[in-house]
Amino acid sequence: MQLHDHVPPGRPFPPGARPFYLIPIACFIGLFIVFGLGLTKNPAILPSALIDKPAPSFDLPPLLADHPGLAQADLKGKPVLVNFFASWCAPCREEAPVLAGLAASGDVAIFGIDYKDNPAAGRKFLEALGNPYQRVAVDAAGRTAIDFGLYGVPETYIVDAKGSIRYRLPGALTPENLQSEILPRLAALQRQP
Amino acid sequence: MIIEAGHFALVLALMVALVQVVIPLWGATTGRRVLMDVAEPAALMQFVLVAISFAALLNAYITSDFSVLTVAENSHSTKPMMYKISGLWGNHEGSMLLWVLILTIYGAAVALFGAGLPPAFRARVLSVHAMIGVGFILFILLTSNPFLRISPAPPDGQGMNPVLQDPGLAFHPPFLYLGYVGFSMAFSFAVAALLEGRVDPAWARWVRPWTLLAWCALTAGICLGSFWAYYELGWGGWWAWDPVENASFMPWLSGTALLHSAIVVEKRDTLKSWTIFLALLTFALSLVGTFLVRSGVLTSVHAFASDPERGAFILLLLGLVIGGSLVLYAIRAPILTPTGQFAPVSREGALVLNNLLLATATVTVFLGTLYPLFLDAINGPKVSVGAPYYMATFVPLMVPLLVAMAAGPLLTWKRGDLPGIAARLRVPFGVSVAIMVGTSLMAGGKSALASIGIGLAAWVFLGTMQDLAGRVRLFQGPFSDTLRRLGALPRASWGMTIAHAGVAITLAGMTVSTGWSAEGIQVMKPGDQVVVAGDIWHFDSTAPVSGSNWKGMQAQFSVSDGGARPFTVLTPSRRTYSLQQMTLAKVAIHTNHLANWYVVVGDPQPQGGWIVRIYWHPLAPWIWYGFLIMAAGGAVSLSDRRLRIGAPVRRPVVASGKSHAAA
Repeated sequence: MQLHDHVPPGRPFPPGARPFYLIPIACFIGLFIVFGLGLTKNPAILPSALIDKPAPSFDLPPLLADHPGLAQADLKGKPVLVNFFASWCAPCREEAPVLAGLAASGDVAIFGIDYKDNPAAGRKFLEALGNPYQRVAVDAAGRTAIDFGLYGVPETYIVDAKGSIRYRLPGALTPENLQSEILPRLAALQRQP
Repeated sequence: MIIEAGHFALVLALMVALVQVVIPLWGATTGRRVLMDVAEPAALMQFVLVAISFAALLNAYITSDFSVLTVAENSHSTKPMMYKISGLWGNHEGSMLLWVLILTIYGAAVALFGAGLPPAFRARVLSVHAMIGVGFILFILLTSNPFLRISPAPPDGQGMNPVLQDPGLAFHPPFLYLGYVGFSMAFSFAVAALLEGRVDPAWARWVRPWTLLAWCALTAGICLGSFWAYYELGWGGWWAWDPVENASFMPWLSGTALLHSAIVVEKRDTLKSWTIFLALLTFALSLVGTFLVRSGVLTSVHAFASDPERGAFILLLLGLVIGGSLVLYAIRAPILTPTGQFAPVSREGALVLNNLLLATATVTVFLGTLYPLFLDAINGPKVSVGAPYYMATFVPLMVPLLVAMAAGPLLTWKRGDLPGIAARLRVPFGVSVAIMVGTSLMAGGKSALASIGIGLAAWVFLGTMQDLAGRVRLFQGPFSDTLRRLGALPRASWGMTIAHAGVAITLAGMTVSTGWSAEGIQVMKPGDQVVVAGDIWHFDSTAPVSGSNWKGMQAQFSVSDGGARPFTVLTPSRRTYSLQQMTLAKVAIHTNHLANWYVVVGDPQPQGGWIVRIYWHPLAPWIWYGFLIMAAGGAVSLSDRRLRIGAPVRRPVVASGKSHAAA
């Protein structure tokens, strides 16, 4: 079986023909760069109208008998993290060890808000995975979450000593984003008088 | 355990794909048949392994195994079985596995039915095809593994977006992927041809069934997607120029161009490097479509699978597949010399015009889709490009395309007879102009675009019928002769006639439903009635309803045209999905295949009653019927004798003076 004959490599081309065939790849390289630049912008960063504004006013009942609930007034004094979670949310389970580690370090007070959840299920969730929160509140109606501009659970907010929201992290906490996003910002806020 | 077996099967599939890349290509280069023949069993094995892997995941969805992360995140025990299954591809990880499954199905199909291809060529095709497989299986294993476990397993899953819980969307992705991924075959054939440095009519004939198959599936997929948007999203529209819709439309446009230009290669042995380019472009656009949807670079209502990390991987994959093939194209395409000559007015000329217009239309949609991204890359404002842009750019391009569409098939190859064509098209021209003027007078000149549209639809339909009549010599001889010719007409010719008629039908549906629709939007309580387009809509009552994972209310409307009895009773509903706390309005539609009566119950009002939107859409059903007819035309063409298995044989081409025969 003979293979197909190949056109000899030295075949002459009409002058100027080659650059014409380079147009597609040139266009593609341009496009590739634009796509690459587009990827550096994180679409998950939703501009929040509340950044650098005071946290909304709220007063939520406690989830657990031995931990207090959470109100706007509790956010003042020192920088804290406010973490929205729910028992029905799988990424909340994933971030539980990260929160537990952060709570054990004692670097920062973490307040939890159980979002649109059955309180009994919320309590079971904390029993099973450990409670990293100093205060845990129930937002059964999800009203406070709306005031915070919550995009989904889990979501974590950094609130400064004056009670203003300084940063929000949509999605689960991971060891990586804890190191790169949360801890440096907290440290900067804690250094401030 | 089954899930781990599925994971393992996918890893094995990757190994097999790697073998399939290297060995056959090596064999084809060195001329060793034994090595080339590794391709077929490898392609079959790759398919079997991916199918095992897919079945393992499917099993986890069917049995609601919430220890599997993707199942826990996307399924729920109370979901109806159909949506448990479709939930598999309603999310990123599972949909990528479906993508790869379909890829391997195509590979296995070439291995099974490609016996007529020369061994070296087949080996190259399957090797190139396996390269795509390696890339995407790696993508799944490294960034989107659907087989990950979660511990402890949650008691129940999170369910999926209720908008996706619908039969239309359950079957939309498989069809869309059959189309997208099907163009991978045209791509592999094109790259293999570039590697060999040769494209000839036999090549065009080999690649045609695969392109047709992909095109039919994509047509059906777009049709389903558009119909889903129409009845599920509840705003009465069927196309929104959403980036994700455009992502499926661009490969469709360039794939349509490819189908037409490949005919020129097949019949006239010219337009070769352009056809190759279209084959590369169409698959590139399919990949870009995947990229746009998967990476979230463009935010859209559909972007439920946004993830920049995966985006980076896909970008790399795109760079390798598209960049690599275009470099090969730049090196190899100049040696593809045409042998056929033709005059501008000829069948070839008409097909070149078709290609130019379709390619320009593709670029137009591409720019509109990516313009926001370009702006964003230079830190400009966030914008979105909407319907007005496409009305101003895309629609004018379609007008000459449709005008030429009726005349093109009447032209002969090489040199066409324009005055002769003009004479034959006298009647279609007269009738369509009369329809255009008539509808415009009827409408009082208020919707000029709709009149032009309906006139064009008539023109395309009548021109196509004129062509058919000419082929069978209708009224030019004894009727028995016409019948005999009708029977002897090749399936490919029937396919074209059917598909072109489908275009006319879709066009008529689009323009009439847009230009002459009527709507009534008002707050209504039970007992109220309203008149829309001459029909009396009476809001009879409301009643509670429930399904396995939702509760809601159902309204009942009687529609009558003034007679004693209503001609239809419609029951739109509002469903609240308890898990997601999401309320969806379910549309109710009555159709008589000429018009749709459409009602949707919106938000309840504080003072009582609901916002009720009522639409009357004349000819709207034709939009989707036309699309299905187009797909059917493709299928008929696919059954043509010359494309059947084993039929295409590379013949010696005398005209070119080269020896092409594989001796």
